[in-house]
Parts: sequence; C-alpha cells; structure tokens
Amino acid sequence: MAKRGLPEVNAASMADIAFQLLIFFIVSTTLDTDKGITRTLPRMPENETQIEQEDVRERNIFVVLVNRENKLLVQNQIMDIRNLREAAKNFIENPNNRSDLPEKVPTEVNYFGVVPITKYHVISLQNDRGTTYDTYIAVQNELTAAYNELRNTLSERRFNIKYEDLKEEDPRKEAIDQIYPLRISEAEPRDIGGTR
Amino acid sequence: MAKFRKKGKGDVPAISTASMPDIVFMLLFFFMVSTTVRETSLKVKIAAPYATEIKKLEKKSLVSFIYIGRPVNAKMYGTAPRIQLNDAFATTAQIREFVSSEREKMSEADRNKMFISLKADGDIDMGIITDVKQELRRASALKINYSTRSGTQRAIFENLK
Repeated sequence: MAKRGLPEVNAASMADIAFQLLIFFIVSTTLDTDKGITRTLPRMPENETQIEQEDVRERNIFVVLVNRENKLLVQNQIMDIRNLREAAKNFIENPNNRSDLPEKVPTEVNYFGVVPITKYHVISLQNDRGTTYDTYIAVQNELTAAYNELRNTLSERRFNIKYEDLKEEDPRKEAIDQIYPLRISEAEPRDIGGTR
Repeated sequence: MAKFRKKGKGDVPAISTASMPDIVFMLLFFFMVSTTVRETSLKVKIAAPYATEIKKLEKKSLVSFIYIGRPVNAKMYGTAPRIQLNDAFATTAQIREFVSSEREKMSEADRNKMFISLKADGDIDMGIITDVKQELRRASALKINYSTRSGTQRAIFENLK
C-alpha cells in the first residue's frame, strides 16, 4: 500500500528563512530617497580679492535680504514671506511692461515664436550668518515656487500638460525654461550684523 | 438528515501555509530593490527643513553627502553645529579633500555630473552653511542640493515661528 516515488521536500521552514532575510534587509537599509532644492553655485573668481562685478541694471535686480531675525527686506521694503511668491512672480514676468521692472527682450523660442523675455533679470538672495537654515530654505522654496508656477501656467496654456510632467530632455520643457530662466543668485557672503 | 452530515470528524481544516514563503519573498524583493544600504552612521542630529518645490536626485552614485547639525552626543562634543564627512566630524578645511576623493571614486565621464547634497538641520544658523558653500566653490563642486523633506506650504510657514 505504501506510495512509491520521491518524498516531498518539507518547505515549512522556507518562510522562516525568508523572514530572516526580510528582517535583515529592513534593519540594515534605508528607504529615503534624496530630494531637495537643487542649485548651481557660481564659479569662484580666479582672484579671490576681485569679486566679479556683473553689469546688471538696477531695474533687473530683485534684492531679497534675510536678516538674523529672519525678517525679509524685499526691494527695500519689509515683507512677509507669505507675499514673497507673488512679488517674485510679478518681478519675473513683468506683465504690464513697467519701466521699473526688468526689461523685456524679444527672443525667438521654439513652439512660441518671438516672445518678449525678461532675459537679464536676477533675483539676488542675500542672507546673514545668523539667519536660520529653515528660513533660508523657506525663502529659496518660495522663489522656486514662483518660477514653477509661472512655468506651469504657461505649460498648461500652451501644451495642456503640467510642467512637472514634462521629461527632462523634452524640447517643450527647454522652450519654457528659456522663457522663464531660473536666475537666482546666492550672493557673496557678507558679514553684516554678525552671528547670534 | 444523515445525508447532510459531514463525513469528517468535524475538525477545522488546517490553513495551508504553502504560500507564505512566496509572500515573504515578495516583500523581501520589494525591500531589496527600493532601499539602499545605510553607509554612514550619523553623528549629528538632522531635522531637515520642509519644502514644496522638491526635486528627486536620480542617480545615487553621483551624490555625495555633507551632514551639518548639532552633535547627537552633546556631553562629549558640545552643542555647536558640526560638519560630518563620511564617518567623522570635520572642519571646513577638509571639505576640499573630501570632494576630490569623492571625485576620484567616480568614472571619468561622471565627474562633472557630481552632486553634493547638503543634509543640514533646519535649526542651525546659515554661517556654517555659507562657509561650506564657499569651500565647495573653491573645490569647484558647484552642483548642490539642499536636502529637504516634503511638506505643505502652511506647515513651512508655521514651522518658521
């Protein structure tokens, strides 16, 4: 009556082995992906004493100062960080072509034809040594958001697609980046007010 | 009536655990693929600031980290913010050396794509970060990433107070 043939391998311990491996991997690895705000630092001038004086006209500069009390001074006016995004957007776009906001230069852009672009605008972000990193990042974030919102509006109007959904090498993304070029300058550090 | 009576002894049948290894293996593979091995143990406390406009860094091999924060072991190292490179505390002067050694690890083609990720605590002052940035400029490692956590705009503003 006994059955002939290969006896079955007992697989009951397989789960235990797999669990052991699983627990090892959970403990020894991290899930975090690196994300954050990316920036390109300006090149260090060859001669350190001679800091490059870029010829930028007054109307093209948007000065954001953050002091050690974490207060903002934007274009010589005290501003709440909540209003920074709108102010930056207005500056970058210059919708009414005002003479105290950056000049518009007609430029040929793929998909769009000739568009007036505020090509030479610069947002100059200056901070004190005593500014907290939290505030600095919040300001950086608001400025980036201003660019991203403008780009997104344009992208949705022209291509009917969200800006963030465009791939990195997409010519449409390049065209939009050309119209709203990210020009944030993290100024040379100056010791104003000292540390806390 | 007898027709419907069960044939067996009325025991609850055992649940088959044959598929358990499959399920666990599935989990295992998920974790193996989606995580990375922890390389350094942190000696500084880092609560990264929140941001909404974040970008993911694509290639892990191109990224080197600089950690800045207050030491975990305050009794031994004090509470002043410190820089950590690899596994040890460092000074700003050592950053240039660190950058060139990280660069050497990469292949020739990847070297100009190198990213430096600044993992800094939100509560520290900008002074030390400015020093690090200046040092990175001297080492011509110009692509940087301020490491942040994702959060809503409201949370960011509330965090500032």
